[in-house]
Amino acid sequence: MDCVATGGNVKVLAKAIHSLSRIGEELYLEPVEDGLALRSVNSSRSAFACFLLSPLFFQRFQTPSDQSFRCKMPIKSVQAVFKSLASLDRSVEKCRIQLNSEKSRLTITLHCKHGLLKTHNLSFQDCESLQAVFDKDSCANVLQAQPRLMVDTVLHFPPSLEEVNLSVSSDRVWLRNHVEDDADSSRAMMTELCLSAEEFDHFAVSTQTSITFCLKELRGLLVFAESSGLPISMYFDEPGSPVILNVTDSVLEGNFVLATLSEESHPKNHVNSNTKCPDTEQPPDDFMSDDMDSFLIAMETSELPGPSHVPTSPPRLSNRKDNRKHSFSEEEQEEEALTEGPPNKKFCSLFFGSVLPTPSHMPNQTMQSQEVLASDSEDENEPQTS
Amino acid sequence: MKFRAKIIDVGCLNHFTRVVNTVSRLTKACVLRLTCDHLYFVLSGRVATGGVSMWCELSQVNFFDEFQLEGVSADANEIFLEVAPENFSRALKTAQNAKSVKIKLTKKTCPCLTLAAELPSLSSVSRVVTHDIPVDVIPRRLWHDFREPQMPDFDVSIYLPPLKTMKSVVDRMKNLSNYLVLEANLNGEMNLKIETDLVSVTTHFKELGNPPWGDDGSQSSSPTHRDPDLMAEARVDIKKLQQFLMGQQVNPSKAMCNIVHRRILHLIFLHEDVSLQYFIPAVE
Repeated sequence: MDCVATGGNVKVLAKAIHSLSRIGEELYLEPVEDGLALRSVNSSRSAFACFLLSPLFFQRFQTPSDQSFRCKMPIKSVQAVFKSLASLDRSVEKCRIQLNSEKSRLTITLHCKHGLLKTHNLSFQDCESLQAVFDKDSCANVLQAQPRLMVDTVLHFPPSLEEVNLSVSSDRVWLRNHVEDDADSSRAMMTELCLSAEEFDHFAVSTQTSITFCLKELRGLLVFAESSGLPISMYFDEPGSPVILNVTDSVLEGNFVLATLSEESHPKNHVNSNTKCPDTEQPPDDFMSDDMDSFLIAMETSELPGPSHVPTSPPRLSNRKDNRKHSFSEEEQEEEALTEGPPNKKFCSLFFGSVLPTPSHMPNQTMQSQEVLASDSEDENEPQTS
Repeated sequence: MKFRAKIIDVGCLNHFTRVVNTVSRLTKACVLRLTCDHLYFVLSGRVATGGVSMWCELSQVNFFDEFQLEGVSADANEIFLEVAPENFSRALKTAQNAKSVKIKLTKKTCPCLTLAAELPSLSSVSRVVTHDIPVDVIPRRLWHDFREPQMPDFDVSIYLPPLKTMKSVVDRMKNLSNYLVLEANLNGEMNLKIETDLVSVTTHFKELGNPPWGDDGSQSSSPTHRDPDLMAEARVDIKKLQQFLMGQQVNPSKAMCNIVHRRILHLIFLHEDVSLQYFIPAVE
């Protein structure tokens, strides 16, 4: 693989990486047919982001012909390559990303002014393709706004606010801070911002609805959009379906997919069956109580024989929403899994299937169509649903 | 019990916000007392606050365009609310360019002060941001806890040095010691002193001037009977003094302090339409 970005696009690349860093700890890199995909996911699998940089974004774009290369690496190491964003466009003329397959290193070379070359060799891990299943075009509601509008609305909420609720009617949009239904919440300060549909570039609401999602993870996209001046489009449906935020221009597309709170305690499409995945180990820093995550983690390591089953429709899995608010410490996670009763509301985790480029590449797969992949059997407190 | 008020002037809004910000820096919770003519932010001295108390008085007519109050009863036409000033501050923060700000006492899941700001927008319809600040209504039987503090029988009253200077001196002293002695006399002289095992530092201020309290003040002995060079002092927790100085956002038109020798440091800041009093108890 050999890609070269020049001029202002180096900064755009850096900003994309920085905004992905607000989502997850690892950067997944995969050259695909349409360009270079940079993706990240958060540890609870409730937020996913992907920047697709088209071949036109690059001065040169060479990818391995079999398109089987994909890797992930700690996002902090990649951010370190592109630190001091402000001076990037003044000093860096060209950025070259190459795969050094003999040494298993991804080499990022910054060609700077005065002939200075900064070469970074990053080690990476092989992984499966990370992809969230989502379809913007099937969403009932679409809003599009200038980034300034979004940034200004978000300003009314404290930076520490986690979840926000977005409600739409035929001509209005309300943004409220979301507060948990517990003892403390009755004393919490509630903030609501009401905007008229006229402030949006595009406002297509087919059903009045109200969704709740995590604001924190979105801030990365807002920063990117504001600096690039690109309008942000929001696609959403009923609560429980993910909300998709999109920025597009001729050479790149960014999609931030966030899970939304589902209203019922037993979400409609909750599918619960025994996982059939091999060799799962409890990942050390993951706090989901079901096995879904361990399956996903296992999927991403190179130990698995190959792409495994792909569900035909995106099933929804519940996730312990309460965990999101706590720090990611192991002891806490385990205690919570054991002691807490099922919360009334749960964030739906996005399903990540192993996405295959073409059906012909899956000779040995075991298609286990509608079944998914989480088992609550180990956690006695989880509701038993099927 | 009803309360509704409205601010439409940007200057008044900014000024009111600064007052609320100052109060929010001084305490996490305080009592908001509303009467037909005034608003008071009150903190009554308690062990929990280290004995510090605060009284901030605003004349409502200088801030609000509309102000309607119906108190607890006809003979007690006041409302006492316990509120976290930081919430108030946060609500006001993003409303600084609002066309109007309305404040109302409402009942949501609990009693709230609802602040609604009408903001400029890109369209013909204004943006409206509403904040519901939870409050606790304080029953009448507890109102006596929040009475206006009496002017103490002070020994010395003196104008403070320029706040900026005083603040920087106190900031540096804080690194060296936990306690500071403020002493002053009727000759316009003030010293800020700290003393530790290793070092003692004194900053001297001269020609500060002494407020002419006259018959209004409750000085037990008239000024002529007190030796003008005799210092009255109060040893206070330096953090409390620093907190008070740090909170000030605007230079007051008058800043003074009254010292009750070894008992209390009483700081008074006056602006045209706001007065702020802060009592710091002296420690041994």
